[in-house]
Amino acid sequence: MKDLNVMIVGVGGQGTLLASRLLGCAVMLEGMDVKVSEVHGMSQRGGSVVTYVKAGKQISSPIINKGEADIILAFEQLEAARWLPYLKRDGVLIVNTQQIDPMPVITGVAKYPTGVLQTIRDCGVNVVAMDALAAAMQAGSSKVTNVVLLGAMAQHTDIAYDIFETAVRQTVPQKFVDMNLAALRLGYDAAKAC
Amino acid sequence: MENKELFLGNQAVARGLYEAGVTVISSYPGTPSTEITEFAAQNDEIYCEWAPNEKVAVEVAAGAAISGARAFSAMKHVGLNVAADPLYTASYTGVNGGLMIAVADDPGMHSSQNEQDSRHHAIASKTPMLEPADSQECKDYAKIAYELSEQFDTPVLLRLTTRVSHSRSLVTLEPRQDVALRDFEKNPQKYVMMPAMAIKRHAFVEQRMQQLADYAENCALNRVEYNTGAKIGVITAGICYQYAKEALGERASYLKLGMVNPLPVALIRNFAEQFEQVYVIEELDGIIENHCKAHGVQVIGKELFGYLGEYNQEIVREKILGEHVPFVQTDLDIPARPPVLCAGCPHRGLFYTLKRLKVRVSGDIGCYTLGALAPLSAIDTCICMGASVSALHGMNKARGDDFAAQSVAVIGDSTFVHSGITGIINTAYNKGVSTVIVLDNSITGMTGHQQNPTTGYTIKNDPTVAVDLEALAKAVGFQSVRVVDPYDLDETYKVIKEEVAKKEPSLVISRRPCVLMKYVKHRPPLTVQTDKCKSCKACMQIGCPAISMRDGKAQIDFTQCVGCDVCTQLCKFDAIVRE
Repeated sequence: MKDLNVMIVGVGGQGTLLASRLLGCAVMLEGMDVKVSEVHGMSQRGGSVVTYVKAGKQISSPIINKGEADIILAFEQLEAARWLPYLKRDGVLIVNTQQIDPMPVITGVAKYPTGVLQTIRDCGVNVVAMDALAAAMQAGSSKVTNVVLLGAMAQHTDIAYDIFETAVRQTVPQKFVDMNLAALRLGYDAAKAC
Repeated sequence: MENKELFLGNQAVARGLYEAGVTVISSYPGTPSTEITEFAAQNDEIYCEWAPNEKVAVEVAAGAAISGARAFSAMKHVGLNVAADPLYTASYTGVNGGLMIAVADDPGMHSSQNEQDSRHHAIASKTPMLEPADSQECKDYAKIAYELSEQFDTPVLLRLTTRVSHSRSLVTLEPRQDVALRDFEKNPQKYVMMPAMAIKRHAFVEQRMQQLADYAENCALNRVEYNTGAKIGVITAGICYQYAKEALGERASYLKLGMVNPLPVALIRNFAEQFEQVYVIEELDGIIENHCKAHGVQVIGKELFGYLGEYNQEIVREKILGEHVPFVQTDLDIPARPPVLCAGCPHRGLFYTLKRLKVRVSGDIGCYTLGALAPLSAIDTCICMGASVSALHGMNKARGDDFAAQSVAVIGDSTFVHSGITGIINTAYNKGVSTVIVLDNSITGMTGHQQNPTTGYTIKNDPTVAVDLEALAKAVGFQSVRVVDPYDLDETYKVIKEEVAKKEPSLVISRRPCVLMKYVKHRPPLTVQTDKCKSCKACMQIGCPAISMRDGKAQIDFTQCVGCDVCTQLCKFDAIVRE
């Protein structure tokens, strides 16, 4: 497997941390060196959050800079646009179509931009867009939106699908395993159709 | 790979403590250091506690070490300011069992009020400091720290930064080493720091630092990595080593310093001599750089990289090689997404009330500092832990009773115990008239839900005594003590209005548990009946992230709403109902 740089971006509280842990676990199961960089503390409270997962033969820096990500997994459209410069020119943007207004939009001092995904596509970026929230509700809860998106990402890596399933079984509490596996599958199948 | 785990840096430090045979830990939570103590507490072999503040924590750990155990304390960078008093003298007493103090700096201020560099404390307190660059080193250095502590009779500081503490990388696990409790012999010359004894210990400290400086010249913690033909030399430590390696690879040779105090001289000089250009790459202050220059070694550092924020491989690549990685950018105008109080946060109703009352608010450190942001905009000052109470007293003394009748302090339950209690004693004793509001959400929130002395549970979730805030306030001289539910906007408004008007010190406890706690039952989400919504935006004034305007009408995001009913109280048209 070649080196893999993944950025997981979203809004604090959307479950980006669990997604990064699952991906980190999957990469480790593949026997590669791995580093995961997380955000804790204040930024987690509804702010823009970003987590980096890097896999390869030997990883030095735990973070990803502009133009270095093979995949950006965006849990929200505005966050996809915010972090887009971090994508490699031939990278893939996997994005949940959900829109969450940031506080400056709620208070009316800023506007949520329109046509975000089309604008990104117009830059020649490979965009895989899906309503992961709806898929999560189908799997049983809005809380598994993160795992739906992880499933979608599994379509775009060299890691075998069953490795992701093993990572879910090893990481998620027992009583939620089935729901998360269902979410993973829904995301995986949806991305295949994209 | 069977004994390798993907550990957070903090988790790896905790594993190091376990393997090193540590038996006593006392800490105060603080991002990015908190998880060290949380993970350590999962081991039954280690006694762990949350102390009310970092000063107490380091004193507990120092006592345990002097009495013969291997002991530990963790804190964030500003926490070490609070614990500086015991640290600087524990440097004189030295140890018996090993003592390590982990201090986590936060370059880039992900979750802090300043960007100070803790290496200054190592220099000033004359204690050795180690700085790991990944999770494996976190574990290894923690173990080495105990060897050094006992060998050189000194507390040892372990410096972490956010990217090391909160990054996961692979760690090889080893078994725990059982370390016997050492004898605790009476030795006032070493352990009673009054002038006659301390003056001799100062001489010992100077000698010890010289011995440690000699050690730094040859120890395995400081290592050179040569790359054939490399013309660039890089002197670095901690996470910056990783950035340099990623950016420069085999185009540079590296002197990686694992011990950042004291710094070697000959090792640096011998390394630097071999290169046309030598760079020092270190975040925050130019401590290694200044050390080099003081010893006549020409290096380039801060003039290129500056003092602000975090570094990364992109910065190193651009500054040293002048190379850029191409990237894609849209011309979209992307609004910022600052952190916000959670939907259903009990602090929201309180801050909305303070805004309505138009009072000046002396703020403090915690989730509730977010009350400073729009649209609540309800905090005027925030300095450090506990300063809300004491700074308000100062404002009131400076500006008089009319000002005091329009001002309050806000402080969380954990922060109040940390250093707000001394503030209210000062207020009462010095005839102040402050209104102090304790935002009691029954947990230490911002750092991720740690128990504290007001919650009634220990770090292991065992029931224990809880500080009785009402009785405490009365005991120090606050006769007026009221309790409100911040979800009840009218009552909260009425009580605070009455209390600020009083010409005596008063304490208001705004009490409701953090909405993220597992035992807090959420009510079904609310929804807006669009036909009844008059688009008046009254519900938008509380800055709830679940409420937004869609097509001119308010809309509530069911995935976020916890049904707190604060917005319901603001709607004059009964448009907000339960689904």
